[in-house]
Amino acid sequence: MFSFCTDPSTLATGQWFACYLTNGAHFLFYQSFLVVFALLAVTAPTALAFGFGAAAASRSPVLPIRWLGKGYIAMVRGVPDIAFFLFFVIVLDQLIEYSIHTVRCPDWSEPIYQGANFMVCDAARMPPGNAPQWVHETYNFFLAVFTYAIVFGAFCGNVLFGAMRAVPLAQLETAAAYGMSRRQTFWRVLVPQMWIYALPGLSNVWMILIKATPLLFLLGIEDIVYWARELGGSRTSAYQYPHSDWRFWYFLGLLVFYLSFTRVSEVVLARLTHRLSRGQATAAGDDLRRAAT
Amino acid sequence: MKKLVLSAAILALSAGATLAQDVVRMGTEGAYPPYNFINDNGEVDGFERAVGDELCARANLTCVWVTNEWDSIIPNLTSGNYDTIIAGMSITDEREEVIDFTQNYYPPASSLFMALSADADLAGGVIAAQTNTIQSGYIAESGATLVEFATPDETVAAVRNGEADATFADGDFVLPIANEDPDLMIVGEPVQLGGGIGLGLREGDDELREAFNTAIQSMKDDGSLNALIIEWFGPDAATF
Repeated sequence: MFSFCTDPSTLATGQWFACYLTNGAHFLFYQSFLVVFALLAVTAPTALAFGFGAAAASRSPVLPIRWLGKGYIAMVRGVPDIAFFLFFVIVLDQLIEYSIHTVRCPDWSEPIYQGANFMVCDAARMPPGNAPQWVHETYNFFLAVFTYAIVFGAFCGNVLFGAMRAVPLAQLETAAAYGMSRRQTFWRVLVPQMWIYALPGLSNVWMILIKATPLLFLLGIEDIVYWARELGGSRTSAYQYPHSDWRFWYFLGLLVFYLSFTRVSEVVLARLTHRLSRGQATAAGDDLRRAAT
Repeated sequence: MKKLVLSAAILALSAGATLAQDVVRMGTEGAYPPYNFINDNGEVDGFERAVGDELCARANLTCVWVTNEWDSIIPNLTSGNYDTIIAGMSITDEREEVIDFTQNYYPPASSLFMALSADADLAGGVIAAQTNTIQSGYIAESGATLVEFATPDETVAAVRNGEADATFADGDFVLPIANEDPDLMIVGEPVQLGGGIGLGLREGDDELREAFNTAIQSMKDDGSLNALIIEWFGPDAATF
């Protein structure tokens, strides 16, 4: 990075750290923060969409759809996150490969399950064995994102279902009295008013989602926990920058990162709550009304 | 329509794949210096990187390096996430049942105990070793209490903080650490384990195995393999 970094063993402490913290491995570490942000940016809206679908399905007048929505919420909420993550990523991968396998290799005679191994024909491997490395990494990342979305979608679903029920019934009856159809009532009256009831629950889910991002490490994705452990481990002179066991400092850094991130989230969510309380028949909404008059 | 888009995307992916040059994905751990480690530029480096690149050049293969946790390195080979294991893996009968090995590219080497004091109890004390290694298998069958860790670095950390009396690992891994850390020392007698280190391959991947076997033999014959061993492990290392 800097011109004086050619021989780190001769540097004074300040310069040594300047070089150390800007070497290639550290840049990969800094990039992995973007992986975490990317995960949150994709997962949060997807999970919210899954949750909205599940909550709407749980209210459906059609029985099978109602079962589907309630079954999804109950099942995913009832399984430990880590078990679900480890299980679902494997299942999803095998499901994709198995589907391609049945289409592409109908003449395959060997069993697919051989002991602990899952053997599909080469044409069905996803991603293909000779695809570039970034395709493999992106594929794994999206398997992980999809799993996160399913898990957190169930929690969002439960929150939104409760929020929909919290909207005062009188509002819905009034809408019906005005001649609105079920669909119109849902979109024009129920959905706009439910967010203020959903927000405390959703903010909770968001916080848990932030705190669950280190699970990426379990799924073999090189996230910030992977790099903190990798870079913090003690290093001999086989490396340019030998040092003793510094995992404490790296994990302390992660702690500070997560704490500041959740703190910023809290501030933003508090503002959002304030905004959504306007004109609502809640205590916060009533306070706003009194302050205005 | 969605199906159409999806199958078009899959077709495009696989069409690109068949056109591309054949790529061999080399799976390694990246946490076992000097065999393999992630260097300061974030790249796979070490003895096995040097050997692997030379083998690929001699066999006319395009190789890419990927890292995988040691714990799941064999299952991910058999399920096709990469094509070889080149991660300081000793050839043993147990592993031969699951995967194939090339001939060894590193001779059988001794494993060593490293501890904080010379009088560490190696026979009945607590010994740290990495999971699924020949060393952990050896300790499990001795009288000592085995504590396993996912990475080799954690086994050393366990000795430093007193959780274990000693760590038991490949001599070439612990020697540089013991030389540079005044607190740590090599204790006890060296133990000979395994049949040397070879490349792990999926069973039935005979073409690739033959290609690597030929390349390893040619490196043994012209002395370039010995030169690399001495470059990475020092003049006292065992050579062919």
